[in-house]
Amino acid sequence: MVVLVTLFSHSGTFMTWPNMINVLRSISTNGIIAIGMTFVILTGGIDLSVDSTLALSGAFAALTFNSTGSSELAFCVCLATGLAVGLFNGVMVAHFNVPPFIQTLVTMTAARGITFIVTNGTPIGKVGSFITFFGRGTILGFPVPILLMLVAYVIGWFILTRTTVGRYTYAIGGSEECTKLSGVSVRKYKTLVYVIGGLTASIGSLILIARLNSAQPSMGDKFEMDAIAAVVIGGTSLAGGTGTIVGTFIGTLILGVLMNGMNMLGVDSFAQYVVKGGVILFAVLLESRKKAR
Amino acid sequence: MDQNSDIILRMKHISKSYPGVKALSDVNFDLRRGEVHALLGENGAGKSTLMKVLSGVVQADSGEIIIDGKPVHITDVSDARECGVSIIHQELNLISEMDAAQNIFLGREPKIFGNVIDSKRMYREAADIMRRLDFSMDLKIPVKNFSVATRQMVEIAKALSLDTNILIMDEPTAPLTSVEINELFKLIRTLKERGISIIYISHRLEEIPEICDRATVLRDGHYIGTDDVKNLDRATIIQMMAGRVLKELFPKTEVPIGETLLEVNNLTTPLLQGVSFTVRRGEILALTGLIGAGRTETARAIFGIDPIQAGTIAIGGKAVSIRSPAEAIRHGIGFLTEDRKAQGFVPDMSVKENISLPTLKSMQKSTVISSRRERAVVDRHVKELRIKTPSTGQSVRFLSGGNQQKVVLAKWLNLDPDIIILDEPTRGIDVGAKTEIYTIKTEIYTIMGDIARRGKAVIIISSEMEEVMAISDRAVVLFEGRKTGEVERREYSQELLMHYAMGG
Repeated sequence: MVVLVTLFSHSGTFMTWPNMINVLRSISTNGIIAIGMTFVILTGGIDLSVDSTLALSGAFAALTFNSTGSSELAFCVCLATGLAVGLFNGVMVAHFNVPPFIQTLVTMTAARGITFIVTNGTPIGKVGSFITFFGRGTILGFPVPILLMLVAYVIGWFILTRTTVGRYTYAIGGSEECTKLSGVSVRKYKTLVYVIGGLTASIGSLILIARLNSAQPSMGDKFEMDAIAAVVIGGTSLAGGTGTIVGTFIGTLILGVLMNGMNMLGVDSFAQYVVKGGVILFAVLLESRKKAR
Repeated sequence: MDQNSDIILRMKHISKSYPGVKALSDVNFDLRRGEVHALLGENGAGKSTLMKVLSGVVQADSGEIIIDGKPVHITDVSDARECGVSIIHQELNLISEMDAAQNIFLGREPKIFGNVIDSKRMYREAADIMRRLDFSMDLKIPVKNFSVATRQMVEIAKALSLDTNILIMDEPTAPLTSVEINELFKLIRTLKERGISIIYISHRLEEIPEICDRATVLRDGHYIGTDDVKNLDRATIIQMMAGRVLKELFPKTEVPIGETLLEVNNLTTPLLQGVSFTVRRGEILALTGLIGAGRTETARAIFGIDPIQAGTIAIGGKAVSIRSPAEAIRHGIGFLTEDRKAQGFVPDMSVKENISLPTLKSMQKSTVISSRRERAVVDRHVKELRIKTPSTGQSVRFLSGGNQQKVVLAKWLNLDPDIIILDEPTRGIDVGAKTEIYTIKTEIYTIMGDIARRGKAVIIISSEMEEVMAISDRAVVLFEGRKTGEVERREYSQELLMHYAMGG
């Protein structure tokens, strides 16, 4: 709060249009990952593997481009990797009853390992112009990553509020037993949310490799924490069942503004972690107070 | 008076009310030193409440407890312990990963140097207790490796290590085999010889003459009587428990009964042994018996929640295989569960979202939920069932128990199943006044009558004999996972149903 107030009152450059575009661009990757995370957390689960999924999707995409020269094919491989990793998580959680925390921790570790193996631990350069468009291109003057994020939020919002998939996502988080007894195939929808989680991680990867024009094996580290933080700050309960996608957007925005502001004020980067931790704790305390009432 | 001086516990004029229910009114109970005293009554007669008062779990609104001639004030479990009262619950309270000695001394381990557990002494004292009970077991292996019977022994040992004079045992034989029961009875006799008094709660009437000296019967929270067991035969006890022939409080609508719709044959699961029955169109069938008799288990097996080991289910003459609730629903079965809060509704979802949950797929246009269609359906049910809610957007969490139940009913009615199973639909509906309970009960019975009139088959699971007799056409009575009787409406009597419910 203090940081935010200081920013708005003292910093002349903060409220400028270029800086706002800058903030939005910087949050686009995390913003998109947080959409998938919202689905997963709404069912009462968690996905710790999004950071490694992101790295693995990027690595496969860059390798594909380097061996085939087709950026379009690399694009498809990127998303397919995300879907496949998500499907693996979903099947293990929903059909084999592996606790989500453990399952995605396993995937987080393993996918990161595979990433280092396939890349030999070195950055893979060039991803082709089709992909770089998603990170560097503009449509009518707007950067594509920002537009991509906004479109993703609209789709996410639509699915959660207007379709059976969304309704069942809330229902499973609210009472899995009741949902099952109402004839809903709980396993199918639980699997689906992890697939969505994997997909959004790979879209996030797309933006990242496009901007770097390469895939770094270590990229995406700790992104899962930022995504979880955005979801929680946005008011979604970690127990599942309650929360909104709009809240997640606001959560992402708050985190982005906070980071950007602290950078501009020259706050030490280690201190930034502490502030971020404080904000998350504050959000969780608000949530548990709401529960206790 | 020699007899009086031998009385260790006297409970006088105990009354206890819960919102909407008078659980105990003016109940008297006394216990002699070294006797085994049976406490009998139907489900809900007040046995557990009376024992909760004695063991400090709840406090009586009025009344007096006298132990060893001195009035005592028991406000919590530790007070009860100080007075020498211990209770062995039906669900045992042991930590399964710990061994017997650790369990016995949990929270009061012998210590040296302030905080270090004196293991040697702990195991020695535990072994002493076991020796006195004439019972041998390995004290150093986790209790999860023991049978239920052995774990029960650990609980009893724990109670004795607390200097217990009054031991309450709640249905101790329910999970035991006949050999284990004999072991337990041997132990109970040992305890008697040592002057410990036992209050023995059981539904198995055949055990009473074998192990008990006296019996007290409660009914609807009232004290009915106490006598020596040798003066009480089975018929007398059942008569005392069931009481007067009850007037019909709730009018039953007469519906013409059609052909057989559901046929359950030799249904067998780990908890059921070959249960068979049929239900016809327009019929209300009661599935009754005591708690734990297998009524809910039967419903769960039919609805595809628990896997079936043997037996067949036929609907409309065709054999069906049901492996999940989704398949059961596809075959036209609805199941209103007993545990409303955990299974009946999603507390944080709105009235509208809860009602439409099983039928949402039919309300979508292409892949989008048509909120117009959804609202129309939900509004109709809210009106028909007179669900009291500020709006259909209200979270079900905030509704009263009766209205929550109506939401769950609406959810299933909307699916329009051919066969609907209602598990204790009127239980646990907490409303302020007794008359309101009757209003809501009557409403629910009326809804059931309407379903039957539309040619559907209704199965109601209930342990209230009064309810069974008032609203059903036929009753199937279960006991320990078996069917012990089937009674037609014209033959209904509380004594007969209770007879079957006690094992036939």
